[in-house]
Amino acid sequence: MTVATIPHWLALIIAVLAVGGAGLSLLGVFGLIRLGSFYDRVHAPTLGATLGMALILLASWLYFGAAQDRWLPRELLIAVFLTVTTPVTLILLARAALFRDRTEASEPGEKPVPMDGDQPT
Amino acid sequence: MSVSILEVGLTAALILLGLALVCCCLRIVHGPRAQDRVLAMDALYLNGMLIAVVYGIRTGSDLYFEPALVIGMLGFAATVALARFLMRGEVIE
Repeated sequence: MTVATIPHWLALIIAVLAVGGAGLSLLGVFGLIRLGSFYDRVHAPTLGATLGMALILLASWLYFGAAQDRWLPRELLIAVFLTVTTPVTLILLARAALFRDRTEASEPGEKPVPMDGDQPT
Repeated sequence: MSVSILEVGLTAALILLGLALVCCCLRIVHGPRAQDRVLAMDALYLNGMLIAVVYGIRTGSDLYFEPALVIGMLGFAATVALARFLMRGEVIE
């Protein structure tokens, strides 16, 4: 099979999965610039790191399986790796932030420092 | 037909991921503290990796899979090292 012989419904599914994953990832990053304190913000990008990543990798697997007849899920490698490492990095980062807040004697729920105008772009 | 469906959908996904990169860069520039910048850089790595995967689908090429894997691993290593630097003031003791 080649690209042109992918059935329409499968192409539609791949496109919807890719756009959905990208939209979820954008939504998570949008939370990164909208939320007030660091401890709120640390949760937002995980939306893209879990569901957005999973949808896009599923689209990739379906595309390469249908177009090039390669159904071996290589994307599982990225998925497993990200699923294992994302909580580790975020826990380390949150602990570092907590440590810095305590040692610098500022309140843990730091006041949101507004970005310029605080408007979404 | 299915080629144009894929073309439109994957281009839209690339545009959305590019907007996500712009948002990450805004947070890196504006701050306010170091941990926010590190968090935004982690999200930047993740979105860059997703862009590599989507671009690989769009071109129908296998070549973009390994860069995506490497970007994911480098993002993990960089974020852990920076978090450790924020905590201890040095990476390797």
